[in-house]
Amino acid sequence: MNSTDFILAAGEGANPLLPNPWEILVTGVGFAVLLFIVIKVIAPKFEQAYEDRVTAIEGGLEKAEAAQKEAEETLAQYKAQLLEARTEANRIREEARSEGAQILADLKTKATDEATRIAEQAQRQIEAERTSALASLRTDVGSLATELASKIVDEALADDARSQRVVDQFLADLENQQNAGASN
Amino acid sequence: MASSEGGFIPPTVSDAHLPDIFPWFAEYGTGVGKQMIMIVLSIILITWFFTAAIKNPKLVPGKMQYLAESGYAFVRNGIGRDIIGEKNFRPWVPLLFATFFFVLLNNLFGAIPFLQLPSFSHAGSAYAMAIIIYGTWIGVGLKNHGLRYFKLAVVPSGVPGWIMPLMIPLEIISNFIVRPLTHSLRLMATMLAGHIIVMLAASGARYLITVQEGLAYSGLGVGVIIGSVAMYFLELLIMALQAFVFALLTAIYIQGAIDADAH
Repeated sequence: MNSTDFILAAGEGANPLLPNPWEILVTGVGFAVLLFIVIKVIAPKFEQAYEDRVTAIEGGLEKAEAAQKEAEETLAQYKAQLLEARTEANRIREEARSEGAQILADLKTKATDEATRIAEQAQRQIEAERTSALASLRTDVGSLATELASKIVDEALADDARSQRVVDQFLADLENQQNAGASN
Repeated sequence: MASSEGGFIPPTVSDAHLPDIFPWFAEYGTGVGKQMIMIVLSIILITWFFTAAIKNPKLVPGKMQYLAESGYAFVRNGIGRDIIGEKNFRPWVPLLFATFFFVLLNNLFGAIPFLQLPSFSHAGSAYAMAIIIYGTWIGVGLKNHGLRYFKLAVVPSGVPGWIMPLMIPLEIISNFIVRPLTHSLRLMATMLAGHIIVMLAASGARYLITVQEGLAYSGLGVGVIIGSVAMYFLELLIMALQAFVFALLTAIYIQGAIDADAH
């Protein structure tokens, strides 16, 4: 745009490039006042608000980080504990298994021993009873036979010495017979 | 079109300057008018909004605080940190913040019914802002580099010596003379142009509908009004964009003064 044309068209006294000095003064002083207020009041408050927010957010982040760290530590601790517990359980199970096997073996031996002991005792008892039965049989058979024989022979054998001999003879025979039978 | 028929007088730049509110001051030439009232109003509104929004800052902001914080963060990070750099931007945030919202709100006044005047369509205000920024970045350069700053600012490095007689005057003109002019006139001209379009559309539509006879002209007037709505939204975009550009250039000038020895 041709500025002279514009100025001419605008007419006398209305050159838009010529300032009113009072407007310069009012704008200059006004802006200085505004700038003063901004420097003293507005800008510090906004900066402060901004700082506060940054601090709060950073503080929050730090707090969150600390919480996360703690959580991770707790998790690691729990995992370690879990591992420990699992190892412990395994160990206990192994122990129990071996202990169980031990107990079983012990019981088996004990049972075998007991069985042997009972069998031996029974054997001994049978032996004793046999011996006592043999002894009682010996006396009973002797007197019975003598009584029977004296009844049969009727006083012929009143002589004690003879009868005693006969009986001993008989019993020795009997014993011989029995021994021969047992050895067979 | 209309003026050929003799009835339509197009609005001029002088129409952008309303009569003094206090006519008894007029003889002193103060020109206290709507524009100055709006400058003061913008300062009150910006101060009120941002102090109220951050009065009781919450960690989880409400709607108003969120809006204010977004605005602050936009200037702080989007303009300050990105342009000036992580190391040096902090002291300049208040200046950029005040500049951006001061220009933005005064531009938007042009889109608010009844106010309907972008303050920076008046050259004085734009010059004032440009002068403040100009003084600021030259001061920054002197503070950081001493008098050597002027050499750093006008003598480009890595340029062969024989071209220096050409480069140095060009750099002086572009950095120290043209820069503040473009900085202020860009803002002033776009705002004034937008304002004139609004005035033209309004007076033209009024002329077509009320003064001219015939349905066709009235229809045309309605068409102008509809078209001016589209212009209105374009203006909104330009208002915000110019405020952003003004603050962005401020940041770029300051960054250039801080890092004058870096290039």
